[in-house]
Amino acid sequence: MTLTDIGMPHGLDLVPRLPEGAAPLNRKSFTSDQEVRWCPGCGDYAILSAVQSFLPELGVAPENVVVVSGIGCSSRFPYYVDTYGMHSIHGRAPAIATGVAVARPDLSVWVATGDGDALSIGGNHLIHAMRRNVNLKILLFNNEIYGLTKGQYSPTSPTGTVTKSTPTGSVDRPFNPVSLALGSEATFVARTMDSDRKHFTEVLRAAAAHRGTALIEILQNCPIFNDGAYDVLKDRTSAQSRILWLEAGEEVTVGAEKETVAVWSGGSGINLIPRSEAEPALILHHDPAAADPSQAFALSRLDDPALSHIAMGIFRQVSAPAYDDGVRAQVDAARSAAGPVDDAAMEKLLAGGDTWTVGES
Amino acid sequence: MSKPTQQLDQVVIRFAGDSGDGMQLTGDRFTSDAAVFGNDLATLPNYPAEIRAPQGTILGVSSFQLHIADHHIQTPGDAPNVLVAMNPAALKANLGDLPRGAMIIADTDEFSTRNLGKVGYAANPLADGSLSSYHVHALGLTSLTVEALADAEITRKEKERAKNMFALGLLLWLYSRPTDSTERFLTSKFGKKPEVLAANLAALKAGYNYGETSEDFAVHYEVAAAPMRAGTYRNVTGNAATAYGLATAAYKGGLRLVLGSYPITPASEILHNLAAMKRVGVTTVQAEDEIAGIGVALGASYAGALGVTTTSGPGLALKTETVGLAVTLELPLVVVDVQRGGPSTGLPTKTEQADLLQAMFGRNGESPVAIIAAQSPADCFSAAFEACRIAVTYRTPVILLTDGYLANGSEPWRLPTMAELPELVPAFTTEPNHTKTDGTPMLAPYKRDPVTLARPWTIPGTPGLQHRIGGIEKADITGEINYEPDNHEKMVRLRQAKVDGIAASITPLDVDDPDGDAEVLILGWGSTYGPIAAAVAEARKEGAKVARAHLRHLNPFPANTGEVLRSYAKVVVPEMNLGQLALLLRAKYLVDVTSHTAVRGLPFRSSELAEVIVAATKELSK
Repeated sequence: MTLTDIGMPHGLDLVPRLPEGAAPLNRKSFTSDQEVRWCPGCGDYAILSAVQSFLPELGVAPENVVVVSGIGCSSRFPYYVDTYGMHSIHGRAPAIATGVAVARPDLSVWVATGDGDALSIGGNHLIHAMRRNVNLKILLFNNEIYGLTKGQYSPTSPTGTVTKSTPTGSVDRPFNPVSLALGSEATFVARTMDSDRKHFTEVLRAAAAHRGTALIEILQNCPIFNDGAYDVLKDRTSAQSRILWLEAGEEVTVGAEKETVAVWSGGSGINLIPRSEAEPALILHHDPAAADPSQAFALSRLDDPALSHIAMGIFRQVSAPAYDDGVRAQVDAARSAAGPVDDAAMEKLLAGGDTWTVGES
Repeated sequence: MSKPTQQLDQVVIRFAGDSGDGMQLTGDRFTSDAAVFGNDLATLPNYPAEIRAPQGTILGVSSFQLHIADHHIQTPGDAPNVLVAMNPAALKANLGDLPRGAMIIADTDEFSTRNLGKVGYAANPLADGSLSSYHVHALGLTSLTVEALADAEITRKEKERAKNMFALGLLLWLYSRPTDSTERFLTSKFGKKPEVLAANLAALKAGYNYGETSEDFAVHYEVAAAPMRAGTYRNVTGNAATAYGLATAAYKGGLRLVLGSYPITPASEILHNLAAMKRVGVTTVQAEDEIAGIGVALGASYAGALGVTTTSGPGLALKTETVGLAVTLELPLVVVDVQRGGPSTGLPTKTEQADLLQAMFGRNGESPVAIIAAQSPADCFSAAFEACRIAVTYRTPVILLTDGYLANGSEPWRLPTMAELPELVPAFTTEPNHTKTDGTPMLAPYKRDPVTLARPWTIPGTPGLQHRIGGIEKADITGEINYEPDNHEKMVRLRQAKVDGIAASITPLDVDDPDGDAEVLILGWGSTYGPIAAAVAEARKEGAKVARAHLRHLNPFPANTGEVLRSYAKVVVPEMNLGQLALLLRAKYLVDVTSHTAVRGLPFRSSELAEVIVAATKELSK
């Protein structure tokens, strides 16, 4: 059972769907005529391909989809998708997309951004978009490096990252995008990987159905400046002992035989212990719909720079009023109470309270 | 028995007190009563940036000046004829502006040794004879108010707080005004707090009756209604008029108005006003910062709404990069800058005109935008409407410059009817406008209108016209990413030509030169309109031959500007900055204009400008 089946508002509720019998959309419907110019081997290709393959499934005409991006390698994304799109300025995509969403309920609005764009120069806009719960689907390409400016460390680079701008290693601690999103009380927070088409598509599907902001962190490989950052998660064997796949209602486990399980530490954190040592009743079951984000947050704290463990999947998916819906509802309520907006209504508005009339002399 | 009434043709009154004394409200109420009575009027609120500066200090003095007349006036007046001083600080801060013979009404209850000491008075000026050249009415405003409210079931502090209504009542009597409109106002304001309402009404009445009965006041005055063009009027502040202009322009264009804004003094009232206009479909977003405010506005414009952002100088600095994006995206966008004293935080509550060059040049690259300035509080309506017209017609950001003086000042406004305002035509593109080399129809997002050079406004949701735009240089016609030298050269020049071409749609610069033989031209822009007009009238009375013109469009200038400048032997440009318009005029027209500048955070005094004008004409005739 998905959450939408139980009567939650859907992400595309106000977006027109293709009529019955319309020519079916396919990947080509969402592929623009622009030559894709990412570096060979870039994880962005896989992300683009996954999104282009997924979008037809929505049954929304390409003209009702808008992709807004900021600046950085990932922000070239809109050029390659045959929808409406804006490649804006560094960090500002969530703010601009908020304007689109507030003005037009009939559009499915997506944001393409990177770790530098979203978490450094645009950090303020990102947290406020999530706090407000604007109807935006935010794809955060996290490669832990600045690519377009040729390889400086980013706000998600582990401490000690050696780059041209940090020749003796970076000093500051990185953001964990999922923790940050949960701290902003985002209503939908997920993590997935560029190379895992199947999981990525499942997350996209749930995000598109979500009403409000969906933040998807996509672990993405930069083959030029940070190659192999996620290799341990891509190798099948090493991934098995590291990735905790989050499934609603299921035990939180890791290992080929699910032999390691998550239990509350007694404090506010989560311990991973052998199943044999765990009291079955205390094994954590994943509950993305929990109103309190504490468990989701604790799961987001399991990863470390060495990626010895990392949770993957939908951390949080809760229903909350969306900002743009609320803004529209207030305007609609005022309008329907006041009657039609015509010349007389405008003149009455301008007149305000106290007026006086001067006659012809 | 009623006291004798004396006719006056005009009067300038200044209410001054502590920032918690309610002087702005008192001034506002007197203004409304004068407006409804039919006087012409102009107002000048002046208040500290701190919400509650230290009590009783010069820093904490808040004042409200209003000028009412039985004839057309242009300014809030240079010097008050009447000062209401609620405490020693208010007296000390304002005494220097008072001409000999002016009336001072002072609250003796506040002239305690402690309060006098706070502002450095060794002796009580109300008692030591130092004010002998003024008409001083020293009365216990506070104790009279408390006395009048003896039976009211509120605390003494609350009773004292009604003293501004006592003062207002007294002034309403002094200028022969009825109290009923203020009574109605109080009833709607305090309707839910009956005991506070009763106290304020009683204080108002007591003040009025005090004038009628006290032997301290022998006469009262009357300022007759001013002749005005037939029509329905209201009193309006510049910020309210700006909000009305924006909402009306959106209505006339059939567009949804979306405001993205971040609170900033002195622009916040535009946000407040628009937030209260939901019933006509106005959408407002209080954004997380200035940058998000303009981002929301630009996103809304991209989506087919009329995007607007409102701010003051420091906010405009933050919005700069997004204005540049709007320049290259060529989308309609209106940016309102209510200028205040700068640089940096500067003088948040005081006026200045020093953002002209920021509006003109404050962006990277060749990044032209249209610039409009409003000239009076009511004119903010027309200026805002014009800003929207240009933004929509030319698909360009427009910066509308007002300032703190216009924003908070007020004047009578003849209400326009919707029928007399022009339509705005968004003309969204809904069909392909170009063909590919193979003959298939396509949208060319940067294929321009041959007359305006405006590009198509093609909004999301339009079938078959999906396209991508962005901040990277675009190819002419197709809008695709393009880094070629010749294309960039072409696009930079096209964007400039488009903005320059706006001049074809604006009215020529109009010169006021009654005899047609003036050799000196006074040229202004923005809120100096009133003081300059009053000064020119004064100078002409003294026999000076002087012409006057005022610029609404600062970029581009009206097409005849150079011609006008060159037809005068001397051009004087008064500005509340260090000569920003003068710099532009000199650069563009090679005319040796004379700058007259002041940056005191206050509008020019017309008497000061009149001296400048007379001196300029005399110098020329030497």
